[in-house]
Amino acid sequence: MTTGSALDTRKVPAAPLPVGTWMRIFIRLFAVQGSWNYETLLGNGIAFCMEPALRLLPGGRAGGKYCEAIGRQARYFNAHPYFAGVAVGALARAELDGVPPAMIERFRTALGGPLGSVGDRLVWASWLPLCSLLALGAFGYGARPLLVIAIFLTTYNVGHLFLRAWGLRVGLNKGLRVADALAHPVLRRGPQVVGSTAALTAGIAIPLAASRLIGGGRFLAAEIILAAMFGGVLFARFGGRLEGWRMSLAILVLFVLFSVIR
Amino acid sequence: MIFLDILPIVILGAVLGMDVVTFPQAMISRPIVAATAAGAFIGNAPAGLVMGAILELLALEMLPFGASRYPEWGSASVVGGALYAARWEDRPGALAVSLLAALVTAMVSGWSMVKLRRLNASRAAALRDRLDSGSADAVIGLQLFGLTADLFRGGAVTFVAMLVFTPLVPALVARWATDERYSRAAVVAVVAAVASGAVWKIFHSVSNARLLFVAGLVIGAILVVAR
Repeated sequence: MTTGSALDTRKVPAAPLPVGTWMRIFIRLFAVQGSWNYETLLGNGIAFCMEPALRLLPGGRAGGKYCEAIGRQARYFNAHPYFAGVAVGALARAELDGVPPAMIERFRTALGGPLGSVGDRLVWASWLPLCSLLALGAFGYGARPLLVIAIFLTTYNVGHLFLRAWGLRVGLNKGLRVADALAHPVLRRGPQVVGSTAALTAGIAIPLAASRLIGGGRFLAAEIILAAMFGGVLFARFGGRLEGWRMSLAILVLFVLFSVIR
Repeated sequence: MIFLDILPIVILGAVLGMDVVTFPQAMISRPIVAATAAGAFIGNAPAGLVMGAILELLALEMLPFGASRYPEWGSASVVGGALYAARWEDRPGALAVSLLAALVTAMVSGWSMVKLRRLNASRAAALRDRLDSGSADAVIGLQLFGLTADLFRGGAVTFVAMLVFTPLVPALVARWATDERYSRAAVVAVVAAVASGAVWKIFHSVSNARLLFVAGLVIGAILVVAR
């Protein structure tokens, strides 16, 4: 019975939040990982971001529903931070629509995994490396510091800000039906397209950046490129067991000792 | 170097260290941005950019997935960029020693992030009853505590690193006995190898990625030769 009424509620077009409330939630989303920890992960951040919307529940901040919702939403939750807006919006909509707590709990549990994996693949493993490589390519081509930084920050944050705003909007609009939005072709095919572009960009950017780092005269350029290719293959082959920065640290320590002590 | 000399760098390290995880994750903490900004603070942005590009090549490999442990590049890049930009740009060994300082800082700063996460967890456990009963004050308080602690963490790491490495880097550079060109070549070879391997690993599941990477290498090589 309660489930049926909740489903009926979801068929009603969602009432938009006041602009001020939407903005408060959106700004708080930038700090969603503020208290990230190994026990509740993003949980407290979700409640923190959603709190302005929960003030609209019957009784306001002094009401029982407000406290129950805060308590429910401050528990364990995991998602990619840029996609946390989807969860915040959808869960806020569910709370405001009076969806039964048990259904909210089940939805909350089901939502975390997909929001984590979609975000990790699209942002951390595709968009961020692509933007880094674009900046490295610009550096290698001789761009000045301000231009390199502008290329990186502008490109990256167009995607970043769009995802945060889109996530909150789609979550608030769709509520418990937000899974439809996660099946969007951009989210499904995006990592593949961005990854392909990044692979091509990497091939261009790495030699350009290395060339500029070597400096004028390109001393030992051929040897460096060969060493980099050989090292890259080795690292890719055995990289699962060895992190590149740790390997670099070990090599640098030995090199510095050799150069200082001899 | 007195405290006031490194104060702007410490503030920059604190703010950019915070960007890595807690606020606002706009990637102003990426090495190519953070080290360049630190170089600009010292008055030598191009030197900061060189350090930033080197660290960015290394950072390509590290994907900040959820609970995984990784070096913290924000504060570390500020330290590396500031040290390299300070006044040793053209001296043999300055690049290698400043990079070593940045990597050690990244390692220590990554460790400090783990400690902060544990501190946040114990704080959340202490507030568990209030959080379960729906106290908004507890939720907001915990969030503000985490944000403030992270700002302090980044600042403290940067301060200690600058305190240790500001005298240590010139001391090591003064005793440097390897030719500058070989020193630079060694650094570039290592970071380019790590970056190539990282790209290979990250995009191995993308169809045709290896072909595209090789095609890119050909284009890149042509551009290098043509310039």
